[in-house]
Amino acid sequence: MLRWTPSTDDLDAPSAIEYELYRNGNFFQLTPPGTSAIGIYTQPGTQTWTVVAVDRVREGRLGVLSSPADAVAAAPAAMRDTYERMALELLALVKHDCPVCDQVLPALDAAGVRILSQSSENDTAAQAARLSLSRVPEIDLDLAVSERLDPVAVPAVFLLDGDAERDRVEGLARDRLAHLLARAGRPASLEGLPEMRPGCLSRTRDPDVAPRLAARRARAEGRIVSRELEIGTLEDPLEALHDRGLTDGLPVVPPTPERVVETLEHTSRHPQDLVGVVPPYGGRATVEKVAINAVLAGCAGPELPIVLAAVAAACREDFALQGVVATTAPPGPVVVVSGPYAGRAGMNAGGNALGQGNRANSTIGRALQLTVRNVGGGRPGREDRAAHGQPGKVGTAFAERLDETAPWPGLAHARAPLGPDETGVTLFAGEAPRFVVDQLARDPDALAATLAAELEHVGSRRARLIHDALLVVGPEHGRVFRQAGWSRERLQDELHRRTHRRAGDLVRGADGIADGLPAGTVADPDAPVPKFAAPERILLAYAGGDAGLFSMIIGGWASGEMGSTPVTGSIEPWR
Amino acid sequence: MALTILDPTAERAPTGRPLAERPGPPATVALLDIRKPRGDVFLDEIEALLRERRVAVLREAKPTFAKPAPHDLRREIAARCDAVIEALAD
Repeated sequence: MLRWTPSTDDLDAPSAIEYELYRNGNFFQLTPPGTSAIGIYTQPGTQTWTVVAVDRVREGRLGVLSSPADAVAAAPAAMRDTYERMALELLALVKHDCPVCDQVLPALDAAGVRILSQSSENDTAAQAARLSLSRVPEIDLDLAVSERLDPVAVPAVFLLDGDAERDRVEGLARDRLAHLLARAGRPASLEGLPEMRPGCLSRTRDPDVAPRLAARRARAEGRIVSRELEIGTLEDPLEALHDRGLTDGLPVVPPTPERVVETLEHTSRHPQDLVGVVPPYGGRATVEKVAINAVLAGCAGPELPIVLAAVAAACREDFALQGVVATTAPPGPVVVVSGPYAGRAGMNAGGNALGQGNRANSTIGRALQLTVRNVGGGRPGREDRAAHGQPGKVGTAFAERLDETAPWPGLAHARAPLGPDETGVTLFAGEAPRFVVDQLARDPDALAATLAAELEHVGSRRARLIHDALLVVGPEHGRVFRQAGWSRERLQDELHRRTHRRAGDLVRGADGIADGLPAGTVADPDAPVPKFAAPERILLAYAGGDAGLFSMIIGGWASGEMGSTPVTGSIEPWR
Repeated sequence: MALTILDPTAERAPTGRPLAERPGPPATVALLDIRKPRGDVFLDEIEALLRERRVAVLREAKPTFAKPAPHDLRREIAARCDAVIEALAD
């Protein structure tokens, strides 16, 4: 926040005085009349701000008035009319296909103003001939000057003091332009020109140019450091990306610097911040590397904070990603997103939430898996030793449906200290979802009995204390629990209690099944043996369409200390 | 038109590591059970064969098959044994 003491003037009331703001000597903006404080978003670091009062009646300057805010150093600006004429230079930016440039150029040319064109050499020469200019404007090569001065519109005339900008006029503002020319000692006749025309968009703002310049700046400023790979003119980019081993077998979006830099606009984090060290080879996933893989996966920009939070969670030691990648079992990371940002990123929590057709659901999990592949080095058939795998390993993500029908607050909110408006991701090492039908149960006990019976099958019925489970309760099942007032914890307790079995029925060889508990470990055949290590090891999420008395079970991999523990984290640090 | 993309990998150059020198007839062999079911059955057979050849055997085990062997376990095997056999499979 920049504040200053309002100026006084013999002609203008304080409420009529405007102020010019200069950042490090460069003109930044003109305030509305009567302003004495303004909020400005800037990069961290020390900056010098100068505030100059402008008397709009006389177009003169009143002098320095500033009492700048904390951590902002004020630099005095003197009355400088005479001095300016000696030291200042004028520079004009124009382009060939701008009618307003055509109108102003003869006057600028006659006044001897240095003119740079944003257009090609040929177009500029043709424009000069068309307007009978005395000199052909110079070319602003690579738009370097335009990018530095960054006008919205051309013609743009700048008053420069060395590298520092003192003033500018964008478009055609006849009186201001005349004043500017006079200040630089190059008075010109602007008679016959309209009083005001808005000008044309600067080439730097063209949709085909702006992203390229933004990418160039990101590279120059060290925000982007990844190696650039060239794909030849005779190569099909999609084939080339497959050939270089960078895909999961489906087509990917080529991660051009422009796309990656645009995606990075959706996080406040520096692109070189570390998100996590990715197994199995310990590749460093920076925000930049994750953004590149998010682009590959087809993510839209607003998905990036969710992908970053998912990668950070996957790299936590207790998630045991090395084992999840390398195991012969089929799990992949399942990303459950709980909270309002899921909707803002376009995620689906309703009908077909676990299916296809929603871009964010389809690409968030894929971005995580491509990060695992490309940054971590986990490739199927090599580091990934899955006997079968499962289709969800392309990437699985869905949002929780936390609307008025939800029986409980979100999964992430139950597992981490998140505020109700905060969004969290929960990662679960899971297999493919399986459908559970109970179309008759209308009381919670009967429904819990069905769900418990089906949860017995995770891994196998003989598998005890090995697997966790993620139960995705559908809305028509959730309604039964909501109406009965069953909390998340109540249902977890009921499911845990109902998934105990007699030890004697689980012992090796019982019912002709070889697998099971070693006979020597069973002292009492009637002792109940739990399926799950604890009630909270049955994770509950809520998602799905309005119709269908169904829920879905996603079985876990080796769980807890022996394998993977679900990890929950907030997306707030990644926004 | 040529297309420029950013490298999505970690850009790590693989480090070439030569194989360790072959030990000749080892005096002590570690048998590392990674805790997969029936890995112990396989290692029991190997242990019997090694003992017939008068090779000392040290039985070790990872805490869980799902995670890499702890550093201390690896150091202990390296310090006390000339060679190691891992039992992988179910």
